[in-house]
Formats: sequence, C-alpha cells, structure tokens
Amino acid sequence: MKRNAALAALLLGFSAVATSAPAFADTTITAAGSTALLPLVKDAAAAYQQAHPDVKISVSGGGSGTGINQVVAKAIDIGDSDILAPTHPELHDSRVAVIGFAIVTHPGVTVKSLSKTQLQGIFSGKTTNWKEVGGPDQKIVVINRPRSSGTRAVFTKTVMGSTPISESGLTEDATGTVVSVVKQTPGAISYAAFSGTRGAGLNELAVDGVAPTDDNIIAGKYPVWSYEHMFTNGAPTGEVSRFIAFVQSNSELVRKDGFILIRDMKVKETDR
Amino acid sequence: MIAEQARRSHRNERIALTALRFSAAFVIAAMGALLLYLSAEGTKTFFVDRFSLLTFLFSPEFSVENNHPGAAVFVVGTLAVTLFAIAVGGPFGVAVGIFLSEIAPYRMTQVLKPAIEVMVGIPSVVYGWLGLTLLVPLIRTHTSSPSGFGLAAAGIVLAIMILPTVITLSEDAFRSLPPALKEGSLALGATRWQTITRVLLPSAASGIAVALILGIARAVGEALAIQMVIGNASQFPQGLFAPTATLTTEIVTDMPGATAGTLLEHALFSMAFLLLLIAMILIVFVRFALRKRT
Repeated sequence: MKRNAALAALLLGFSAVATSAPAFADTTITAAGSTALLPLVKDAAAAYQQAHPDVKISVSGGGSGTGINQVVAKAIDIGDSDILAPTHPELHDSRVAVIGFAIVTHPGVTVKSLSKTQLQGIFSGKTTNWKEVGGPDQKIVVINRPRSSGTRAVFTKTVMGSTPISESGLTEDATGTVVSVVKQTPGAISYAAFSGTRGAGLNELAVDGVAPTDDNIIAGKYPVWSYEHMFTNGAPTGEVSRFIAFVQSNSELVRKDGFILIRDMKVKETDR
Repeated sequence: MIAEQARRSHRNERIALTALRFSAAFVIAAMGALLLYLSAEGTKTFFVDRFSLLTFLFSPEFSVENNHPGAAVFVVGTLAVTLFAIAVGGPFGVAVGIFLSEIAPYRMTQVLKPAIEVMVGIPSVVYGWLGLTLLVPLIRTHTSSPSGFGLAAAGIVLAIMILPTVITLSEDAFRSLPPALKEGSLALGATRWQTITRVLLPSAASGIAVALILGIARAVGEALAIQMVIGNASQFPQGLFAPTATLTTEIVTDMPGATAGTLLEHALFSMAFLLLLIAMILIVFVRFALRKRT
C-alpha cells in the first residue's frame, strides 16, 4: 500500500511537471526537411529563441520531400526544401536564401575545369576515363544523389539539361556521405552544396572556366545554384512569419553557414 | 481473513488475465493495421497510377520522372545479394553450429555463445560502417573495382550479419535431437565424423533448413548496413565488384525525398509490400519445414 502511494505521488509529480512545462514557451514552431538548409535553420532557431524566450522552435532534417510531406499533412509549421513543390499549390513558398553547388572530385584528380558538355559526358556515362578530359589515365567514379534529391534536381537542371544521368554511378543519400566517399575514392566526381564542400579538402571544379564562388553566383556567371524554400500551409502568420523573416534577413548567419542573401543576387530567376 | 485473501487473489488473477488478453489483442490489431496500411499504400502503383504488376516486377527501368516504375533491378539485386550471403554465411554458420553442439568442449561454448549473442546485438549501422571503412577500401585496392562498392561488399557484410541466426538455430537443431541417436551410432562403432555426417546431419535437416530460411529472411530484410556499401546504382549486378541496389536499399535511399502522393512514393510502398510478401512466404516455408520434423 505504501509503495502504491509512493508511485501515485511520483506519477502526480510527473504530470505536474508535464503540464507546467509549456508555460515557459507560449508558442512552438516546428520545422523539418532539407538537410542542405538545416545548418542555417538550426542556427537561426537558436538565435531567435535567445531573442524571444517565449518561443520554442524545434528543427529537424529528413530531406526536402519529408519537409514538403509533413507540412502538407500539417504535422509541422515549416517545410524546408531545395526544390519547388508544384504538385502542392496550397503551400506558400518563402525563399530564404540562395545556395551554390560545387562539382567536386577526389583531391588526386588534376583536372581543374570542365565544360558543361564534358560534365554531361561524364554523368551520362559516355566519358569513363579522366584522360578523355585532360586528366590522368584513371577510371572516373561517378557518385550521384538519389533521384528524389533536391541537389540532384538542381544539378540536372543547371548542368545536364536534357541529357539523362546514367544509372551506373554510385548513389549516396546525403551531402555528408557524398563528401566523404569522394574524398576516399580515387577518381571520384560528384556535386554537393557549398555548405557541405567548404573546407572539406576536395578538388572543386570550375564550370566552363567559372570558379564556384559566391561572387560568381551573385553576378550570374556560375550556373549551379538554387533558392532554399520554407513552405507553409497557406501564407505564414504570427510567430512563424516573423521567424521566416528573421532567417531571410539575418545576413550574418546566412553568410556564416555558406549561403547567399537573396537581396544580394544580381540575377533573379523565378523557377528555381 | 482467509476469505479476504482468496477474494483478493481472485481479483488479481482477473486483472492479470485481462492484461494478457489486452496485450494479445493489441498485437493482433497492430499487425492487422500494418498489413492493411501496407497493402493499401503498396497497391496504389497499380490501382491509382494504373501500372501493371508485370511492369513493376519485370521492367528494369526505374525512372519515375519518365513515368516508369520498373523494379526488376531491385528484385534481382535482392536475390543476388541474398544468394551471396547465404552461400558464404550458410555453410559456415551450420559448421559452427555443429562445432558448438558436437565438438566444442564445454568451456569453449561458454565463451563462444555469449560472443555470438553480442553479434546479434550489434546495430546494423555499425556493421555497415565497418564495411564502409574496412571492406570497401580493401576491395578497391585488391580488385579491378575503382570504387570498392558493390555486390561483394554487401554480400560479405550480410554473410557476417546472418551468422548468429544460422549458428544459433542450427546448433539448436542438433541439440534437440534425441541423445539415443548419437549414442546408438557411436555404440555401433561409427566414428564421431561418421556420426555427424551420416546420422546427425540428415536427422537435423529440417532444423537446418529453418536456420537457413531465417538467415535468408534476415538477409532479405536488412537495409541500412548494405545500403552503405552496395553503391546503390539502379542497374543489374554487372559482376561481383560492380555497384547495384536492392529493394531495401532503394527504399532507404529514395524515401527521404519522396513526396506523398507521387509515383515514386507509391512505387517505394509497392516495394515495401513486396518485401512483406517475401517475408510471409519464407515464414510459410519455415512452418512447412517444422511440420515435417514432428
């Protein structure tokens, strides 16, 4: 009997803690999706919560598709995505930043620049040896992202055009994995967001002679870039819209995490 | 006082039985819900997107962007990897099972058995990681494979992962044989090797079959560990050292980006449903083998 009483007291104590917890945060915002955008959302959430202690923001990854799915299902407030969601017209698109993507190779590959045509040859499986594009006599190991990946969609659109990507390449499902596999595999080539390639020690290729830098993207010279999107179910309101505005305008965080401010862009494109 | 105690124990018994019934009902309900959901989602490729089952099972072209959900590559990939794993891990596992039950001294089994149990407890992501950091570079440097990823790497990782299942179950199969079999054989002058190969092995055949089938089930169902080393290329296996993909690795690779309601999502659910059907068929085989034994 005594034990039961103790148990009851314990349960009562837990429930008291559980019910009192939300008193600290009046508003809870949930965001999930793109792993490319994740570093920025995480840092922005931390900074925003510090400035607004009454707001709690929970951030997770899962991929662009997950972000869109969850926000369509109203399971979360904000769905982070590298790609547009044309099949879901009910979603409201807030562009928060621009991200560049670098074509990267194993550090041992001596090639420094490739034309779009050469890249199309490599990724479509026609070019299989580095010596065909001015490199050493070494097999090319192509590493792709999955067909549902936002990064792959950007690469396909901006580099491949109508040339299909060959299915014989390896596929790795995250930016981090791509970077480490390229680094350990001689002759490897892939593509990844600047936020993942910066400081990774990989060989970053120029495309048609244009180096993959923020300045070249801003000036409209380097083609492989995309907008990062925060989708909400209908136009954002209240604290959610204030948080999105905070992410868009926080130049310090945007630059620190390898992104580019939208307002800096000299070129504007509607369909990215 | 005694009446009070009797009443109380009677009440406790009722509560306990209700709890047991409730647990059983819950499991049945959960299983039913899972089956219903998977069959509803897994058949949308056919009923919503109107593709034929033949296209899904036998077409090698999996390009949902071109409206073509052929999963033959992944079906063949699953078969190839499983076959590799069971061909390498199966005989080895049964051999260790025989060793543990018939040959190993008691002290040794006391060390080996916990070691095998630990192998079961190691998460599959750890196996995959070891494969990625040890096996893949090894294959890359010692074969013509430029990357090291592929069928062989996945098959070896899987062969190791199914070992505990095969070892434990085949050991059980030998231990559950009546002792008179072995004693009779030895008494008739057969050597230990003759006893094992001519008397015990045939008698334990159905138990070994169960061990192998459950090893196959484990191999078919494993996803994460082989996804890390197989290369995930949507092409038929082009050789032992070329990258390919399986049903499970394809689901793991493309699931995070699959938007709800798209053909890609439906096709992935169809693959999940197919895996469930394969698991069911394997369990039917197990039942069949067990019935034969009794």
